[in-house]
Amino acid sequence: MLKKLTLVSLLAGGLAVSAAQAQEHGHDVKTPTRQSWSFAGPFGTFDTAQLQRGFQVFREVCSNCHSMNRLAFRNLAEEGGPEFSEAQVKALAAEYKVTDGPNDEGKMFERPARPSDHWPATYPNPEAARAALGAAPPDMSLLAKARSYSRGFPMFLLDAVIQYQEHGVDYIYSLMNGYSKSDDPNWNDYFPGNHIGMAKPLSDGQVEYTDGSPKTVQQYARDVAAFLMWAAEPHLEQRKKTGLRVMLFLILLSSLLYFTKKKVWANVAH
Amino acid sequence: MSGPSTYVPKSAIGRWFESRLPIMGLVHSSFVAYPTPKNLNYFWTFGGILSLMLGVQIITGIVLVMHYTPHVDYAFNSVESIMRDVNWGWLLRYTHANGASMFFIAVYIHMLRGLYYGSYKAPREVLWILGVIIYLLMMATGFMGYVLPWGQMSFWGATVITNLFSAIPLVGDSITTWLWGGYSVDNPTLNRFFSLHYLLPFMIAGVVVLHVWALHVVGQNNPTGVEAKNIERDTVPFTPYATTKDAFAMSLFMMFFAWFVFYVPNFLGHPDNYTPANPMVTPAHIVPEWYYLPFYAILRAVPSKLGGVIAMFSAIIVLVFLPWLDTSRVRSANYRPAYKVFFWLFVIACIGLGYLGSQPPEGGYTIAARIFAVYYFAFFLIIMPVLGLFEKTKPLPASVADDVLAKSAAHAKV
Repeated sequence: MLKKLTLVSLLAGGLAVSAAQAQEHGHDVKTPTRQSWSFAGPFGTFDTAQLQRGFQVFREVCSNCHSMNRLAFRNLAEEGGPEFSEAQVKALAAEYKVTDGPNDEGKMFERPARPSDHWPATYPNPEAARAALGAAPPDMSLLAKARSYSRGFPMFLLDAVIQYQEHGVDYIYSLMNGYSKSDDPNWNDYFPGNHIGMAKPLSDGQVEYTDGSPKTVQQYARDVAAFLMWAAEPHLEQRKKTGLRVMLFLILLSSLLYFTKKKVWANVAH
Repeated sequence: MSGPSTYVPKSAIGRWFESRLPIMGLVHSSFVAYPTPKNLNYFWTFGGILSLMLGVQIITGIVLVMHYTPHVDYAFNSVESIMRDVNWGWLLRYTHANGASMFFIAVYIHMLRGLYYGSYKAPREVLWILGVIIYLLMMATGFMGYVLPWGQMSFWGATVITNLFSAIPLVGDSITTWLWGGYSVDNPTLNRFFSLHYLLPFMIAGVVVLHVWALHVVGQNNPTGVEAKNIERDTVPFTPYATTKDAFAMSLFMMFFAWFVFYVPNFLGHPDNYTPANPMVTPAHIVPEWYYLPFYAILRAVPSKLGGVIAMFSAIIVLVFLPWLDTSRVRSANYRPAYKVFFWLFVIACIGLGYLGSQPPEGGYTIAARIFAVYYFAFFLIIMPVLGLFEKTKPLPASVADDVLAKSAAHAKV
């Protein structure tokens, strides 16, 4: 009886749901495909060279319009990131000007940036960006965690088990490769509604890599997506490393507690 | 069913203190000598797990508050600075955010265990109602906590939920304005939510004390639902038996918890909450945290706003009347073959409602949500009272000890 009733209720619910899902589809938005990333999985770590390349793409292309307010220059030298040297970061920061003050005369002034400064935005505020570009581009600091795509039932549940957390990165990667119509620079296969305000930002050969990596849109997209993941989660490596230690400790503790419990209960029927 | 307190302090200082404040005797009788039925299964470890989770949430929460700024202009930034610049801040925040979900997972298992084994039935009505009060306080705390990071889902979730009160006839709008502290969700709303989010966990802790007190007066139910009567034959002392078992279960639960914190910390959150709150941009789908989704689905399954709000709150309030809605003389579903079926259908309905609450309220989703919502209420209001009168139950064991002996004899034969 249980089985029959369960089956009937599941069927009723399932039919209604699949009818609703069928209604939702029927336009041209593609679902991003899952990519393989060095930072995925329980032992994942960032590929330093990839983050450095991704930073180069961000700096030379993305940062012309997008801000990255939560990134400080010093972060670029920190462990578990692009790991530029302190000297490199100092020199890099000095190339940028930031507003400081007020000084003793009560005036704001410009000075070269220091490693402790945050990444200076091209536009002073979203309104200025909107006035210049037609729409305000989102700040990139958290983009890799603020974007996602639906995996549907039952994959969205299994994602917790297989530790799939890179939806946002995969979406960004796909988006960069989704400009499929040469006659429409604002058409994107993956953007909701297919019309994206940002015209195709990357093209082959645009960024001069110095480590021999291919100068293709695909490679740029992959590198910048990885960089954005680090920017959104700068302590990802520390988190996974700590997780391993915590898990090993808990496995040991649980085993000891199991045998303790077994010994305590050995003489009691239960 | 308190056992005799056999506690005599060993030291002279201990005896001196005990005769003035017998707190060690209280601890001893509650957590050492307290008799627990021999036949409890691992579903009975969730009470301990819940106490642990409350402790984790309060401790991580207190430290987070040291770094958090409750202001619309700084809240999001302060949370991000916890994630980036505070030493181990990411661990604190991910533990606290996922801890809320773990708390609810544990409480749902704890509640369903009570529902399955009839733990709400006499003489445990007050114990059960105190539990419902804790659950209500948890819902309020969780909701207000989700607003504090001031992301898009924080803001719009708060807007949707507080707007529900505007459905109340005549005074609805005034109540909503009063809740907001203004004419929309804004800085005063954030401030009061922060204040209450800090207060409510301590109220929960207070009600937990009452809950445990009530439990220690009436004693624990057990999988047979037959009252443990003979302390010698039916029960074992809490320490070391229940303490070691609880500790083992807690350690396993911590592993489950750690999996989320360290490996999939954003699985239970919503990506939109990594975008700062913007009153000018409404997200495509506003969804609350997963643990409210069944109730959110019930809310949206009813075509009228006021009706939906009434249905949603009734879905929780109905739990209070459960001890009197269930007319069966037998507690445990193990001896109630028909109830067992309806119970599992109820679990399916709740999970179904949870899924539908996360989907847009249209077409087939709404129809499915209505079917499940009707079953949800029918389970409490029709099946529970009627089934108890007609159901043919299986014969109960004479005592806990008899059940244990029969089981171990069967086990020995195999």
